[in-house]
Amino acid sequence: MIDESLKGELQKQGIWVTSMQELYNWGRKNSIWPLQFGLACCAIEMIATAASRYDLARFGGEVFRPSPRQADLMIVAGTVTKKMAPQIVRLYNQMPDPKYVISMGACAISGGPFKQGYNVLKGIDRYIPVDVYIPGCPPRPEALLHAFMELQRKIDGQKLSGASQAEFLKENTPSEYPVPAFGAHDLEPPANLDVFHPPAIERA
Amino acid sequence: MTPSPYFFLVVFCGVAFFFPVMPLILAWLWRRFFQPPKPGPAKNATYECGVESLGEAQIQFQSQFYLYAIIFLIFDVESIFLIPFAVAFTGLPFGAFVAILIFLFLLLEGLVWAWGKGCLNWTK
Repeated sequence: MIDESLKGELQKQGIWVTSMQELYNWGRKNSIWPLQFGLACCAIEMIATAASRYDLARFGGEVFRPSPRQADLMIVAGTVTKKMAPQIVRLYNQMPDPKYVISMGACAISGGPFKQGYNVLKGIDRYIPVDVYIPGCPPRPEALLHAFMELQRKIDGQKLSGASQAEFLKENTPSEYPVPAFGAHDLEPPANLDVFHPPAIERA
Repeated sequence: MTPSPYFFLVVFCGVAFFFPVMPLILAWLWRRFFQPPKPGPAKNATYECGVESLGEAQIQFQSQFYLYAIIFLIFDVESIFLIPFAVAFTGLPFGAFVAILIFLFLLLEGLVWAWGKGCLNWTK
């Protein structure tokens, strides 16, 4: 590893020194291709983010892919109904590693205003791992841009090797998660407990 | 020494070949040394819209659809042929007039047959 001060000194002389990891992460974080799908009103905000006024292209994320095989990022934009949840999980499974998920809006986080409804999934993080949550109903495009920048920061910090190696590079980290099935009253299983870690409620 | 005029074409072909192939090779090498492959049933599935595929792709349509084909010919294709016939009607030689009458008769016969079969009755 090169010393940071030496690196800065060289940079002043016009010599750019970098590491494989930095180059790799720089390339990845500036070319995040989202999967093109929207579920509800959050999708309108997502479209606005990609359009000219907010211009997601400034961050390298304008290439919305219609196929999960070419996508890096899944923006779960909207209410996930129980009917739709298996499809979302299957699409996530079909994305190649490394893959990231932004849970956009109150519905995707927890079910939002429909949380008490019989047909709405109470958060997509019950089945797939989520990297960035954006609160809001719906969140403004600026919030999605902020989430995008947070994701870029996360990608930038991922290590190629060593003890704190990025999860997706580890041999035994799963790339596919079990797809829930339609049960008699709910999805079976109601949550994937390997992924879903609800906060413990402390009662006084 | 001046290079052959076709030399640049060779250079162009070389660049055109290596420019797309090099990233593929680099990506393959990267995957080989850093990225553990993680195939799975959903990832290797043929269909990629999130819905599980059902049945075979090579299916046969039933021959009962011939009724739709005949009625489509009578009401759709016939009207397309009737318009140029009507436009060119005054300048047509006698042979062409007979030919179009035969064509109309064949389709009319189909209409009579379909009518008699009860295909035009609205099912209540």
